[in-house]
Amino acid sequence: MDLPVDVQLDLHRRMVRIRLFEEAAGRLAESNRLPGFLHLYVGEEAVAAGVCGALNDDDHITSTHRGHGHLVAKGGDFNRMMAELMGKATGYCKGKGGSMHISDTSLGMLGANGIVGAGSPIAVGAAFANKYRGRGQVAVAFFGDGSTNIGAFHEAANMACALHLPIVFACENNEYGEFTPRDKTMAITDIVDRAAGYGMPGVIVDGMDVIAVHEAAVEAVERARSGGGPSLIEAKTYRFYNHHGVQNLGLKYRSDDEVAMWKQRDPIFTLEDRMIENKAATRDQFDAIWAELRAGIEAAIAFADESPYPTPDQIMVGVYTSMSGAK
Amino acid sequence: MADERKLAYVMAFNEAVKQQMEADPNVFCAGEDIGAFGGVFGTFGGLQAKFGADRVVDTPISEQAIVGLGVGAAVTGLRPIVDLMFMDFICVALDQIVNQAAKLKYMFGGDAVLPLTITTAGGGGLSAAAQHSQSLEALLCHIPGLKVVMPSNPYDMKGLMTACIQENNPTVMIKHKRLLGMTGHVPEESYSIPLGKGNILRPGKDVTIVAYARMANEALIAAEELAKDGIDCEIIDPRTLQPLDTDLIVSSVKKTNHAVVVHEAVRFGGLGGEIASQIQELAFDYLDAPVTRIGAPFSPVPFSPALEQHYIPDSKTIVQGIRDVMARV
Repeated sequence: MDLPVDVQLDLHRRMVRIRLFEEAAGRLAESNRLPGFLHLYVGEEAVAAGVCGALNDDDHITSTHRGHGHLVAKGGDFNRMMAELMGKATGYCKGKGGSMHISDTSLGMLGANGIVGAGSPIAVGAAFANKYRGRGQVAVAFFGDGSTNIGAFHEAANMACALHLPIVFACENNEYGEFTPRDKTMAITDIVDRAAGYGMPGVIVDGMDVIAVHEAAVEAVERARSGGGPSLIEAKTYRFYNHHGVQNLGLKYRSDDEVAMWKQRDPIFTLEDRMIENKAATRDQFDAIWAELRAGIEAAIAFADESPYPTPDQIMVGVYTSMSGAK
Repeated sequence: MADERKLAYVMAFNEAVKQQMEADPNVFCAGEDIGAFGGVFGTFGGLQAKFGADRVVDTPISEQAIVGLGVGAAVTGLRPIVDLMFMDFICVALDQIVNQAAKLKYMFGGDAVLPLTITTAGGGGLSAAAQHSQSLEALLCHIPGLKVVMPSNPYDMKGLMTACIQENNPTVMIKHKRLLGMTGHVPEESYSIPLGKGNILRPGKDVTIVAYARMANEALIAAEELAKDGIDCEIIDPRTLQPLDTDLIVSSVKKTNHAVVVHEAVRFGGLGGEIASQIQELAFDYLDAPVTRIGAPFSPVPFSPALEQHYIPDSKTIVQGIRDVMARV
């Protein structure tokens, strides 16, 4: 709790932005206003906010199918995000990526990813490039507990350690791979146990406590930036909604008591209560932040609604780039 | 002639990489055994000694991570060359090639440049058996976003490899293992051959043979044999398979009125089917006979030389195939 108040407020703001975006996306999906799949990040905000709050603008991240939170935390623009979710021409990907491929390379966000585990090898490539250029940039691979069971994660973690790259592996352990609980898919309880097998340090943090996540991230990012190599952070967290969408589809793969228990540990309200208790902020201050950011999300929905769809002549545009020179 | 410098196919590849690494500090190479060892086929020989271990990187045996390394480094501004030792191993890395490298720029709405070159070695003829001998180019050509190159001689190898490295889209450069020692004229100065431009390897008037990589050379031998019978073959080497130089192929068929497509890959579902289809769509009225495809039988590549020599098409198979086509007239 020694973090400066402005840092705590920054982390809070990142989390509220994610929550508002995701709740709005959920409402739009419920009213059938969003095409395609929707994997909501609600409940896990402390992980993206705590880690991205430790990064510079020119650091890189790779993301997952549950990727909106990572882009918001890295500074994503609500208008372009909401337009992309609606498949509009003004979206981040001009309507060609959607929720599962949302990205902003100018913010170092190298894409949400529809393939579980596929982001980690790409983060290794970004980390390699960062080391190669020697400008002190780092890369973060966000991934879930389930993706540590796929080969791409293993190859990425091993290669990152073998090449001693400036990278942080940030695991969001929400205890479920889609609908199947972790204890049915692996024989270990803690993902962090895997870190030692690659020769990198690993820590477990409370993924509902943004301060704890942030402090672990600052340490891991500093290690990477100063040439100390890869680290793994396992954040124990929970998604409040379903794997996909906002309804539970009538599936009782999680008990009501379990969901209620985790919701009591809501990362945003936990931080607010603690800051108020420590007299670092007031309820009025938080109310004003929510109101301000809520106005932004309403504006984004209006922007997306009013934006045009891409025209059919855009189908073939961008299959091959005509842009020259790497950015 | 002073410029008739001879170089082996493998060294033409090596020279293209070396010259591009000299020209652009963002070019680096990564792969299994390519550093101190120089690659199992010697393709990267001497490069680590010249450019250092930071630019010619030995990696773990991790094909997904090797291609992922290339994708991540390319999208963040470098110009990677990543090597998959044998073409068969692309199957291990297929997610990173097909779902990531090929699609990122499109999924990102065009807001990405991926100057990534994937190099690999394909083809049979070394008794390397079913997991080290395949020709899987059709699989790659089916994926929007990739460019696929298969040179048939040292001159084309250097020019096409240079073009691949300079290209801002992901390319797959497929070396043919049986051509590594082939020597031919290769200028010392750097040059590039545009991707998507085919080559008339031998002009002729009676029948068009479309053949690439090692089969282009077998077609040249076949053409000499057929010339004795008065059959004048025109050989088109597309060189780049994706994008394919359909215009060159079709204009040749319009002249010869006969077409035979040859590849080392299995016939069923091979690129020959696509090329034959393009010809009939664009030159149907010019054809005097159905387009014939010559390829391997629909089996894995067999190990024993006694089997493999009958499995892979050669000049004799091509001669017979062309005689059959011409006999229909």
